[in-house]
Amino acid sequence: MPLPRLIPCLDVAGGRVVKGVRFRGLRDVGDPVELGAAYSDGGADELVFLDISATLDDRAAAAGVAARVAEHVTIPFTFGGGIRSVADATELLEAGADKISVNSAALERPELIEELARALGSQAVVVAIDTERGRVRSHAATRDAARDTVEWAKECEARGAGELLVTSIDRDGTKDGYDLDQLAALRDAVSLPVIASGGAGNARHVAAALEVSEAALLASILHEDPARLVSLRGELRELGVPLR
Amino acid sequence: MTTVAIARYGAGNVRSVELAMRRLGAEMANDLEGADLAILPGVGSARSAMDGLGDAVRVLRERHAAGRPILGICLGLQLALDESEEDGGVAGLGLVPGRAVRLEAERVPRIGWATVEPGGDAYWFAHSYEAVTDATVARSEGHAAIVEHGAFTGVQFHPEKSGAAGLRFLERCLSRA
Repeated sequence: MPLPRLIPCLDVAGGRVVKGVRFRGLRDVGDPVELGAAYSDGGADELVFLDISATLDDRAAAAGVAARVAEHVTIPFTFGGGIRSVADATELLEAGADKISVNSAALERPELIEELARALGSQAVVVAIDTERGRVRSHAATRDAARDTVEWAKECEARGAGELLVTSIDRDGTKDGYDLDQLAALRDAVSLPVIASGGAGNARHVAAALEVSEAALLASILHEDPARLVSLRGELRELGVPLR
Repeated sequence: MTTVAIARYGAGNVRSVELAMRRLGAEMANDLEGADLAILPGVGSARSAMDGLGDAVRVLRERHAAGRPILGICLGLQLALDESEEDGGVAGLGLVPGRAVRLEAERVPRIGWATVEPGGDAYWFAHSYEAVTDATVARSEGHAAIVEHGAFTGVQFHPEKSGAAGLRFLERCLSRA
């Protein structure tokens, strides 16, 4: 197995990194290139940029961000948010992203996963799954997608997804630890790599998630502070997690 | 200044290869035949890649026969072999004896940083197929990581996405070209 991965997640809107509570009161917290490069220097294994506004106007801004990040960051990064077609995804990959992430669009039209895998290769296709008590939620977790999480994960794999980014909605932002039972159920159900998201409060939580998944997405635990990534890596090493 | 040309054949992240080469001081060229180093990048699936290469198939075979350097990255390494199992079986460029087979690993695709021996540096991998060839000169967890045959060098990992270690690797490729 490749080494466990730590993946800082940056929310972007209109070409800037933003922070907000439930999509309200967005606050500008920096430049995606500067913050991405600082995380890369701090030992990030990959980066995820999520375009949380993802309006029509933002499509061009997203490709612009991907292009600028690629110029300054020499580790892999994923771009997600508002991707509805192979053309949307191609634009981001050609700008320099290595993977794209789809969520609601794949739930609405699951064939999108096959189309993306065929055009770009499975390794470039991440399906993000927002889950609560074993059920999938869509549209920034505001709607019930009427699907069982494990069944949807299996379908994503069968349709050609290359990775699953699984966010436990009821843990997100709580700092109570990842939903390890859900992650373990997914590990047993699919043979794709799983990126765990939602609930990280300390190094012990992250270490536990990396026991049952291949990577941990790091959002609120980092507070947009690359120095926190450096200290977290040190704490994880002390806990015996083999990092790059 | 070393000139580098990239064989373009499909949609995907080729820009990062170009940016890494520029960062190392190479001059990018369109002439796949005349450039000091030709790069066969890793984009998409085997069949669409072979279809998309078009006339580059002939140019790459001639370059190889003339002993002029080619660097294959990820799928680019797999395409250089005789054949690939991907997409129900696809004939490759035949630059390197061997074949690409479905990856046997705990998690497929195999994605992430892994060390390459000999050398001990970690590079970033993202693949579902692997090269099986006697030309393998370095491995990662048992899988072919670096392949050398004549003037062809193939890597299963993405040096352009592997931070400082990746740039050092590409610099060595450039200095040999």
